[in-house]
Amino acid sequence: MSWGLATPEIVLAISAMAILIGGVLQKRDSSLICTMAALGACAITAVLVIGTRSDVGFYGLFVSDAFSKFAKLLILLGTALCAILSLDYNQRQGIGRFEFPVLMLLSTVGMMVMASANNLMTLYMGLELQSLAIYVLAAFARDDIRSSEAGLKYFVLSALASGLLLYGISLTYGFSGSMDFIHIAQAVTNPASVSTGLIVGIAFVIAGLAFKLSAVPFHMWTPDVYEGAPTPVTAFMSTAPKVAPFVVLLRVMFGPFGHIAIQWQPIIIVVAIASMLLGSFAAIAQTNIKRLMAYSSIGHMGYALIGLAAGTQTGVRGVLVYLLTYVVMSAGVFACIVAMRRRGHAIENISDLGGLAKNDPTLAILMTIFMLSMGGIPPFAGFAGKFFVFEAAVDAGMWTLAIIGVLTSVVGLFYYLRVIKVMFFDPSEAPFDARSGSLSFVAMATGVFTLVFFFFPAPFLGAATTAAKALFG
Amino acid sequence: MIEANAAGFPVLSLVTFLPLLGVAILMTLRGDDETTAQNARWTALWTSLIVFLMSLVLWTRFDLHEAGYQFRESADWLPAYGIGYRMGVDGISVLFVLLSTALTPVCILASWDSVRARVREYMAAFLLLETMMVGMFSASDFLLFYFFFEGVLIPMYLIIGIWGGPRRVYASLKFFLYTFAGSVLMLLSLLAMWHQAGSTDITTLLHTPFSPRMQFWLFLGFLAAFAVKVPMWPVHTWLPDAHVEAPTAGSVILAGVLLKMGAYGFLRFSVPMLPIAAQHFAPLMFALGVIAVIYTSLVALAQEDMKKLIAYSSVAHMGVVTIGIFTFNIQGIDGALFQMISHGVVSAALFLCVGVIYDRMHTREIARYGGLADRMPAYAFVFMLFTMASIGLPGTSGFVGEFLVLVGAFQVNLWLALLGSFGMVLGAAYMLYLYRRVIFGQLVRPDLKSILDLSPREMVIFAPLAILTIWLGIYPSSFTSFFGATVSAMVDQHAQALNLAHATTKLAGAVP
Repeated sequence: MSWGLATPEIVLAISAMAILIGGVLQKRDSSLICTMAALGACAITAVLVIGTRSDVGFYGLFVSDAFSKFAKLLILLGTALCAILSLDYNQRQGIGRFEFPVLMLLSTVGMMVMASANNLMTLYMGLELQSLAIYVLAAFARDDIRSSEAGLKYFVLSALASGLLLYGISLTYGFSGSMDFIHIAQAVTNPASVSTGLIVGIAFVIAGLAFKLSAVPFHMWTPDVYEGAPTPVTAFMSTAPKVAPFVVLLRVMFGPFGHIAIQWQPIIIVVAIASMLLGSFAAIAQTNIKRLMAYSSIGHMGYALIGLAAGTQTGVRGVLVYLLTYVVMSAGVFACIVAMRRRGHAIENISDLGGLAKNDPTLAILMTIFMLSMGGIPPFAGFAGKFFVFEAAVDAGMWTLAIIGVLTSVVGLFYYLRVIKVMFFDPSEAPFDARSGSLSFVAMATGVFTLVFFFFPAPFLGAATTAAKALFG
Repeated sequence: MIEANAAGFPVLSLVTFLPLLGVAILMTLRGDDETTAQNARWTALWTSLIVFLMSLVLWTRFDLHEAGYQFRESADWLPAYGIGYRMGVDGISVLFVLLSTALTPVCILASWDSVRARVREYMAAFLLLETMMVGMFSASDFLLFYFFFEGVLIPMYLIIGIWGGPRRVYASLKFFLYTFAGSVLMLLSLLAMWHQAGSTDITTLLHTPFSPRMQFWLFLGFLAAFAVKVPMWPVHTWLPDAHVEAPTAGSVILAGVLLKMGAYGFLRFSVPMLPIAAQHFAPLMFALGVIAVIYTSLVALAQEDMKKLIAYSSVAHMGVVTIGIFTFNIQGIDGALFQMISHGVVSAALFLCVGVIYDRMHTREIARYGGLADRMPAYAFVFMLFTMASIGLPGTSGFVGEFLVLVGAFQVNLWLALLGSFGMVLGAAYMLYLYRRVIFGQLVRPDLKSILDLSPREMVIFAPLAILTIWLGIYPSSFTSFFGATVSAMVDQHAQALNLAHATTKLAGAVP
């Protein structure tokens, strides 16, 4: 056996259970200690991920390579940032319970398994573990009707998507004779003679994963769930659980189905264009900042899909850079949203940000950086993501995709600018409650990263290039 | 890393990033509102003056006979991708760097009393804007250029949006989105060029041949970005809005420097890098230029708002610049560059003139004034000077540029020159009409009877601009000598590229 390959996942799973036991045994409120322990577990796991050797193990079910390592580190980063965000929010909302970090860790284990999946069954198992934990997290504020609704909605729709995915897996198995990525790749080599059943299978697999990515037309759950779920959970949903399905999608499309790219590229192109259009136009009318971020994340997934649609190594590199920048700036935006509290109540209307530039210039400037970065204005990190996916599209000669991409980013910029407008130009509302140190830390750290990323991108770009190379063997 | 640099120190990086130091100092200011505001004003003024003095090194040490980049600096950024931090100025850009550094202290002085709210942030925004402007003109790497080109939008958006007039939100949003929509299409051109050349170094791109078909599309990408910035008809509509709503100093920078970015882009990228497409599209550019000159002059004639009138006159003047650039001869391009410098000084001064009476009366409606010559003789004189320069009276800066452009245009097409000069007649009409309504006539309105003439601070602001206007007009060669070598090299290169293209097509025709 090759236990060594899965050490990070095993360690993280055991730590999650240990924290659970520790939490149960504590008489007093132990959410702070448990969250700290969870952060420690993330850090240790990250070190272990870096130290893991690159190999295939567990009879071909599990793979560890530069690509999976990049993805896992990104997932751990997202989890850690959101765990810090949850500290203050849960306390103030009265939902500070130790199960919260435990569920986050279990979800993270699922995501890491997804990143290492080398078999459709491993993929499905990881995906379900991730999702099950998030259903509970979305409904974590159990006395809040919106949160319960969000949890239920996510559960029902996500179960449907899992069904679609499973159906696609079974079709793929039936028409290719294997669930193993390597064997499928060997069986499916000629794009001209692919059976229709397999194509239908691929379409269902894409549909199942697109649901988790909240790409159009499987995005319907996103605004409601984003709005209803407790803000740190929304933050979590828009970071790490976006990365994991995306890297799985990359691995499945370029691994087992890599030879028949010509068959699935049109599907991805359509999904990408639809996501970019909907993400930019539907967001214009939003008044709730969490709903706004939901549409924004739909749009962002559309841009990232451009890299996949390009079907090249450059494209994969673009996607990885995009995901990295997206995770960081999303965490930053949500740190600012968590900070939106007035007289002990969380507020989420965009208009509540009015006059923030006067009351809290630091927060306003940070939010401005994130908004401009999301809109793709240089020199912020978000521009780097767009730059490298558009590069891939131009390299591959996909001009339609590139032109639609840049034009929708203009529309997208409109609503990001509107947020800035509210903060800087509108009359002042009452100031927010004092921020906690943990929030300021996340906002500052992600803000600085967003600001300087494109000035020193070489190490990240190098890592993304190595990861992309690993995917293409 | 500084390569053979005439200054001996990284002057361009210093001039570019020194204002950021000023921003940092501004952010640390503490104390009650009034003290902070006063300290912020002085900090910003001193920072911009030091930057200006430092940029004078470019004036004194610039080698007039060198056509290529000077004061070069470079540092690794993404060497594996051919992207680098590269700075340098040549004949085309050096004067714009100086124009930017010269206008910034003027703007800060002009806002001394008129801006009272959030002074610290205002000054920080202006210094940030200076960094972006100077950086844009001194970048010799395409991606770096793009950074600054977009970066300009952020402080300008805030300046219009926070300190602007009643419709400031609409105007600032329109300004940002129009420009951004154009520049994302340029980004695609950038990516395509980078893909082919493997580098974003402007010098490398200049020597990379692009196929005529590709040039066609690249040119359109650039056109989208630069036409909005120039602004060319029909995408000029953001400009009157932005000008009317912006605070006086914002209008000054907008007209003085930001409008030059589009034409600068044409000269830096479209013409030298895409010679075949530039030649192909020249008739279109002429047509748009002529429409801009005549149509916007007529629109200017009908304006009731002084700022709007001058904004439309800017569009007309930039139409002349566009015509000059696409004549591809030395006189035309020299004239275009000269006109840009001259317009940068004169339109900035005209907006300041509007600002002077706006500060006193809080209205820009032309009908609310009249007979100011009685109460404000010094103001009437200053306004007269810049009005004449805007019309293009010989002896002022406006004449030289327009004259050279017309000489260039004559070599291309008689009608082009004729229609171009028709715009100048209209220019005289609307400017004199404005001047007559504001300055002459009877001073009848009671509230104008107590209006005060220029204050010493305002005199200080206008003096350098007036001197520059006259200097440009009577001794133009001290400025043309800066860009002479670069322009003649560019024109030669353009002719060579076209000859080569003709030879290739002939060869292709001869060999079946």
